[in-house]
Amino acid sequence: MLAGLPPLLASHLELALIALLLACVISLPLAIIVASRPRLSFAVVTAAGIVQTVPGLALLALMVPVLAKTGWLSPFGFPPAVIALTLYAILPILRNAVTGLRGVDSAAVEAARGIGMSPWQILHIVQLPLAAPVIAAGLRTATVWTVGAATLATPIGQPCLGNYIFAGLQTRNFEMLLIGVIAAATLAVVLDALLGATEHALSSRRKRRALIPAAVLAVLVFVIIVVLPRVAGGERGVSTGAIATGPTDAITRVRIGGKTFTEQYILVELVRARLEQVGIAADVAQSLGSTVVFDALVNGDVDVYVDYSGTLWTTAMKRSAGVPRWRVLAELEGWLATSYGVRSLGALGFENAYALAVRRDTAERLHLRTVGDLAAHPELGLGADYEFFGRPEWAALRTAYGLRLTRTVTYDPALLYEAIGRRDVDVISAFSSDGRIAAYDLVVLDDPRAALPPYDAMLLLGRRVASDRRLTCALASVHVDVEQMRQANAMVDRDGKTPRDAGTWLLARQPKPACDVVPTQP
Amino acid sequence: MPGRARWPLQVAENSLLAARAVEEFVHVTVCSRLVIELQRVGKRYRENWVVRDVTMTIARGELVAVLGESGSGKTTLLRMMNRLIDADEGVVKVDGRDVRGEDPVALRRTMGYVIQQIGLLPHLTVGANIAMVPRLLRWAAEDTAKRVDELLELVGLPAAQYRERFPDELSGGQRQRVGVARALAARPRVLLLDEPLGALDPITRVVLQDEIRRIHKELGLTSILVTHDMVEAIVLADRIAVMLRGELRQLATPAELVRAPADDYVANLVALARHQGEQLVALR
Repeated sequence: MLAGLPPLLASHLELALIALLLACVISLPLAIIVASRPRLSFAVVTAAGIVQTVPGLALLALMVPVLAKTGWLSPFGFPPAVIALTLYAILPILRNAVTGLRGVDSAAVEAARGIGMSPWQILHIVQLPLAAPVIAAGLRTATVWTVGAATLATPIGQPCLGNYIFAGLQTRNFEMLLIGVIAAATLAVVLDALLGATEHALSSRRKRRALIPAAVLAVLVFVIIVVLPRVAGGERGVSTGAIATGPTDAITRVRIGGKTFTEQYILVELVRARLEQVGIAADVAQSLGSTVVFDALVNGDVDVYVDYSGTLWTTAMKRSAGVPRWRVLAELEGWLATSYGVRSLGALGFENAYALAVRRDTAERLHLRTVGDLAAHPELGLGADYEFFGRPEWAALRTAYGLRLTRTVTYDPALLYEAIGRRDVDVISAFSSDGRIAAYDLVVLDDPRAALPPYDAMLLLGRRVASDRRLTCALASVHVDVEQMRQANAMVDRDGKTPRDAGTWLLARQPKPACDVVPTQP
Repeated sequence: MPGRARWPLQVAENSLLAARAVEEFVHVTVCSRLVIELQRVGKRYRENWVVRDVTMTIARGELVAVLGESGSGKTTLLRMMNRLIDADEGVVKVDGRDVRGEDPVALRRTMGYVIQQIGLLPHLTVGANIAMVPRLLRWAAEDTAKRVDELLELVGLPAAQYRERFPDELSGGQRQRVGVARALAARPRVLLLDEPLGALDPITRVVLQDEIRRIHKELGLTSILVTHDMVEAIVLADRIAVMLRGELRQLATPAELVRAPADDYVANLVALARHQGEQLVALR
């Protein structure tokens, strides 16, 4: 599990350091310009403060559409991450620099002017050295924040320690979660301590002593970014390099994308293992935001991933439910191909839909088969995840079946199944492929009026790989039915297996790839 | 003779030349003694004149005290001499040259400047503080080092003992000694002192008054001392300029000032100082 740590640690540190450097380059000159103008510095610091109030995750996610609009930089991975973190790091550096510069003893500045120092000499001989401790404190604050906030760069496609945290949280692997959290915290504390020691020595009267922590800092950064990833060998699990673009004869390396829930981690492993069978190497960009991964596929930052027809139907195509399953699939595939050159390999064989589930004994006692049967029992309690009651699916269900359920409770998804198991509620919102439906012996109620859109899992291929024969041949024959998917999910969620174990288990249920295995080009 | 008609012109021309020669003679003898010259100098902030219509000349080697209460414009007057403030009206000349034609930074390096708050750089040693202007002027390192030691001895601080100390390891009086040494580092001929002793205890103040007088004499400086202390002005200065609400009320030697005060305000100041002296004498 620790094998993936060195490259993630390296790209995490690299991201944080570049963001900090950019923030310094922007903030320090700005602080020098505005420090002597109280109104201007108030305005500038306030503006930086407003940026700070945007939650880190939102700011990072916001950069993706912003960059996509401007079109200068790739809206995936490093560029949006580094811009968001830079914006985030500006406030502490700027505010402390302004405070520090304005706090410089005015007598020292006055005397410096009086004995004939030029403004530039006053700045670098008097003001900056005297403000240095306050400026350095701001830099240290920014360092701790940035190293922490950089963990949030995972969902926009930048590999970092957040990969451990997101994957650990979503697959209930707390060991993994702890590795990510402890590594990020340790990195922040160590950088802060070394910066602190350097600053302390610099502001003391024995400046030479600053060389020791500064040298340790430089060596540490060098080891983490350059040495460790090489020693650890390979870039297993992540890739920071860009994929070669443009048409190539035979694809030998692809990048697989994945979203942030158990099933997606398993499917990534399944696709990777399948491609390995035909000699195609794969990098993985997982824990991506739902819309981020689609944009990444369209832009060529990701080559393959699994999405769900209903999600794209409502969020990307902006259509509404009530359309039969086969038409959703057909229209969606046509739209993807003509609008984006994205190829669908068709439904994987299972749905991961919003559904309502009840305990088997409740279903039998009240004769519940369809969602409509709930209309006669307004006394039943309904538990659902954070989103459900605000989503169009819930409104659609209520209108379609005349539901009058009044006792509704919101739960964390992890606690939803326990809640129904303990009989706190009688009905829950569930995902139809969730392994816990079987584990808790629940019955999924049918939706005969198709109030909920279908959520067929489908393999999508980006423009670059869409017509590669070996790749399409290997993946087109992959088939996973809902029972298999539930079991695989349960292996991870319930039995504590890794997504890779579950992926391997699914691969064993696939037919051998029937295509010619082309030897890898030298 | 064709030239005959021109003789009055010739005479006029010659007399003009003679007048110029006299003027030049006067200028050389008098103006070489004028180091600083203020001609109808004024400074205002919006509608508020802080210095109004001040004319005075300060001769080489003189120590002139500018005396006044706070808000009298005495510090503003001083700061116009090295262009920390630019006059709105009138002309300020140093060594016969209008300061507005000078680069302010270069001008300030030729004039020592000492302020009440001292303003030593706390992150630099005493030696480095004194060496600041020579360093900016790119003196050779050994010249600078020699000059620092020389100056420390001049202001009564043994170089070996004080050179490597930091400002916060010194007493207030010692710090101001360093402040004076710093002001003198690049061998200025003019020393501007803005209430240099205002924040010191009375004993230290008296000791340093003597030191300033001694250094002024020893180095042949031209010094301008801003103070609100009549006794200090009388003890130290060759001449005293009394300022009130931006105006120069009297410029005279201490003796003249005491004998013939120009107005009630000056008379009052003299009377106060005399009263203090008499009270002291009465205690004997």
